[in-house]
Amino acid sequence: MKDVYDVAIIGSGPAGLAAAIEVAKHGCKKAVILDENFRPGGQLFKQIHKFFGSKEQYAGIRGFVIGETLMNEAKDLGVEILLRTSVIGLFNSNYDVKTIGIYSHDKGVREIKAKRIIIATGARENVIAFPGWTLPGVMGAGAAQTLMNIYRVLPGERVLMIGSGNVGLIVTYQLLQAGAKVVGIVEAMPKVGGWGVHAAKILRMGVPIFLSHTIKEAIGKEYVEKAVIWEIDRNWKPIKGTEKVFEVDLICLAVGMIPNIELTRMAGCEHIYIKALGGWVPLHNMGMETTVKGVYVAGDVAGVEENSVAIEEGRLAGISCAEALGLIDSKEAVEYKETIWKRLDELRSGPFGEHRKKAKYLILQEYEKRMKT
Amino acid sequence: MSETNKRVLGVNIIGIPTEEEYWNCPGVPSEKRMLKGPVAVIECFQEIPCNVCEDACPFGAIKVGHPITNLPVLDEDKCKGCKLCIPICPGLAIFVVDLSREGEARISLPYEFLPVPSVGEEVDALDRWGRVVAKAKVVQVLYSEKFDKTYIITISVPKKYAFFVRSIKVRR
Repeated sequence: MKDVYDVAIIGSGPAGLAAAIEVAKHGCKKAVILDENFRPGGQLFKQIHKFFGSKEQYAGIRGFVIGETLMNEAKDLGVEILLRTSVIGLFNSNYDVKTIGIYSHDKGVREIKAKRIIIATGARENVIAFPGWTLPGVMGAGAAQTLMNIYRVLPGERVLMIGSGNVGLIVTYQLLQAGAKVVGIVEAMPKVGGWGVHAAKILRMGVPIFLSHTIKEAIGKEYVEKAVIWEIDRNWKPIKGTEKVFEVDLICLAVGMIPNIELTRMAGCEHIYIKALGGWVPLHNMGMETTVKGVYVAGDVAGVEENSVAIEEGRLAGISCAEALGLIDSKEAVEYKETIWKRLDELRSGPFGEHRKKAKYLILQEYEKRMKT
Repeated sequence: MSETNKRVLGVNIIGIPTEEEYWNCPGVPSEKRMLKGPVAVIECFQEIPCNVCEDACPFGAIKVGHPITNLPVLDEDKCKGCKLCIPICPGLAIFVVDLSREGEARISLPYEFLPVPSVGEEVDALDRWGRVVAKAKVVQVLYSEKFDKTYIITISVPKKYAFFVRSIKVRR
């Protein structure tokens, strides 16, 4: 089986890179990362802010630097990275050799084989629809961040941000850094969605947050010229007469994310709907293995969380693969996984994490149930 | 400016603390300590998973411990006001306040915008809502590669603004 990879990792974000590093560190010589983008790193490369967490997850360091660090470590360990390569099919494979259909810019459509697969495809942005939302100038906050921080294009000069979760708050700060004027952040809930520290740092720059408000419409002939917001009552009904009009050329949507589960679906993994994790997510065990043997998940595809969590889950998946391939003995693997779970439990504690911790343990329970039947 | 903003206060509502939340925060030292000289003011009010400040302090004055979501606890006697924790905090939530001078408050804050002000320059001092409340004079600008693009700007404002001013606007 000359042309069979030991492990194929789909997605080169923090989870995928951490997984690749782990398997390679334990002696795997044939690990490959497949990524559709021009460069590895997933969303890390547009994250110009310093990250939270602890030193085990490179906290205090700017996101793109974490991306470079992980990428270099993976490369130094001999991990092959195939860029501009989309995974288009996971075929009815047996446990030992799995067939992956890929399309790459240079070689077109072909198949590769791997003994184990780690799916780390991340998540994508949600959108909301409102009158005028199809006008140019309405885009995801993540899209605006990509334009600014990767392509160095400021997508608008006067911006309204919809959503006050951490993404909305952080991108607002970065828009200010890039020289845009952010006229306000609109939040439907009566409280800020993200962390207080992120809210505090844009409030003190003079950006107001409109709680219990929603967007009414975007107005413009060929592109966004104005945004109208209004207040909503406790039943989420808009209150007439509370409209506020802003002259803007950009409306950013930061209204949550949804896991990219197309490939876990295609692989035949069983899923569960958990709102706290962004929607449908694959069931998995403590080693991140799904209900399909030999197929693992890590990071946002297994539930939308933080970079720190994605790195730790990637490590779990990597260790499990190394164990399954006989590169690490079970006792060592178990101990290592326990250490990581301890860190994950800590990362998922506190007022912003407990609901995700509960959800994750529900996934583990459901996995056990399904595997018994 | 938003009317909504003026109505609400509270860390879990808008991110800005009430007076009670502020003085009950284990990262905020006593006013008595600030009067003695520069001291870190860790305005970290929510249990979020982060302990970067704990490792950054060369004097062991900041404790997070386990779980990582514990609020940072400042030992105000151990803190020397060295400012090294300011640029490392991903939440930009650490300031150093020095009330030891007559009538004057010196506030050191993290700054990640261009242009970077110079020593001696007059800048606008903004409160937590971004309102210009006073003129401030820049008395120190600290930067090292280790700060990774976060400058530490120390400003001088009238003492009564010590707990209000948390941001600056360069006029250039």
